[in-house]
Amino acid sequence: MSASRSIQTISKLAFIAAVFAVGSFITTVQADPYYTWQMENFKIKKPLGGLKGNAERGRQISIAPDKGSCLNCHAMPIPEEPFHGNIGPSLIGVASRLTEGELRLRVVDEKQINPETVMPGYYRHPKHFTLVAEDYEGKTFLTAQEVEDVVAYLLTLK
Amino acid sequence: MNHTGMINPFIKLICTILITYWIGSAAYAQPPRSGYEFLTESTREMQDDEFANPGMVAVERGQKLFNTPGDSGKTCATCHGEDGEKLNPKKIAQYPVFNREFDEPFTLQKQTNLCWEDQLENAPLIDDSVDAVALETFVRHQAKGETVNVDINGPLKPYYEAGKELYNTRVGQLDVACKHCHDYYAGKKSRGQVLSQGQSNGFPIYRLGTGRITSLQRRLRECFVSFRATPFDFGAEEWINLEVYLHGRGNGLKIETPAVRY
Ligand code: HEC
Ligand code: HEC
Repeated sequence: MSASRSIQTISKLAFIAAVFAVGSFITTVQADPYYTWQMENFKIKKPLGGLKGNAERGRQISIAPDKGSCLNCHAMPIPEEPFHGNIGPSLIGVASRLTEGELRLRVVDEKQINPETVMPGYYRHPKHFTLVAEDYEGKTFLTAQEVEDVVAYLLTLK
Repeated sequence: MNHTGMINPFIKLICTILITYWIGSAAYAQPPRSGYEFLTESTREMQDDEFANPGMVAVERGQKLFNTPGDSGKTCATCHGEDGEKLNPKKIAQYPVFNREFDEPFTLQKQTNLCWEDQLENAPLIDDSVDAVALETFVRHQAKGETVNVDINGPLKPYYEAGKELYNTRVGQLDVACKHCHDYYAGKKSRGQVLSQGQSNGFPIYRLGTGRITSLQRRLRECFVSFRATPFDFGAEEWINLEVYLHGRGNGLKIETPAVRY
């Protein structure tokens, strides 16, 4: 009785351990690859990884404090949010000033344009970062998909 | 047509870069301004009213510690007068100072911790513990209104320079340096929050955002965490250097301890 109990416990533990092992295996295997990108004439013409953005998601990412949080620094046509920063220029109508490729470069790595900028490089290569907290080591600020979502949203700001 | 299409983005680019550098150098040239000047009217009123200022709780706690005998039988008041009347506000305003005996910079908290341990013969206060910060807050409060006056040209100079270098170094996944917010954009809004010059004359401050009395090192650690950077430990030489730089950068400002800030 007690022997079968302990066997049960052991097999339960083994099962849990296996789940954890598989879990961590999956996360390491599925960690987002870094898609290399090319800048030409201060534009990134091709979508990162050939991904297709979703403007509605991009709008949410622009608001979310732990994501793009573009509202921290920019005014945007997002009336339900009471506070918009004014560190950067207003993005209202930005798509009539900048092309898709120009917008993508600005979201990916504004430092290519202005090395002294305060704006984060949302898809800057992590090798450039110093003293990064453990949880974020080797990771870009946004994923390639999130960048494409934001670009898709910016393109609606005519 | 084609022609203007080529030139426009280029000109825009140059302008952006020039303007950023111009804002930057203009900010460097600006005299230091206390965070107080960037507060809302109601926060200023809260700071100015000793009864409404929540930071006064720490001052009172510090005052009790100041008058509590240690294992040696002495209290801080034994040397510094009842309620610190013999403390010299001008000297407090010179902290951090270079301590020749220890051959290193001493922040005010380091000095108060040292007296606590050596003169009162108490168990040491843990860096940045509630009591350590309360004692520091009480002592610095005695110099409220005094002008910050750190000697950055003497032996503190190399520490000041090291602190300045850290101030200008990008850190974390956000990849920003202090200067990017506090030198370039003081007065601008980050969401609803007005950016100040990041001056240190109000510390320890009461933070409305966290509801606690906050030493300068704790504030710097909070900044680092928000940039997704690994903060240094309390008491680390990097923080001491940065503390030397920040106080020296604020020379001429009036001490406001305990200031109320977001
Ligand atoms: C910490 C501040 C900050 C954050 C956060 C920020 N930006 Fe910016 N952004 C700036 C500044 C400042 C500029 C002006 C150019 C420069 O400094 O390089 C700028 C410029 C831009 C431009 C060029 C605008 C123009 O008219 O030329 C675009 C587009 C842009 N940002 C988009 C975004 C998006 C999208 C996000 C969020 C995913 C974002 N920014 C987040 C500060 C920021
Ligand atoms: C991305 C923007 C940003 C960066 C970068 C930044 N800070 Fe701040 N800091 C803030 C905000 C927002 C506040 C709260 C409003 C204020 O007091 O300016 C603040 C507050 C402060 C304060 C309190 C000021 C007071 O009067 O009480 C100090 C000191 C400070 N920062 C120092 C630093 C230092 C040193 C660094 C670099 C390690 C740094 N900051 C980097 C945004 C930033």
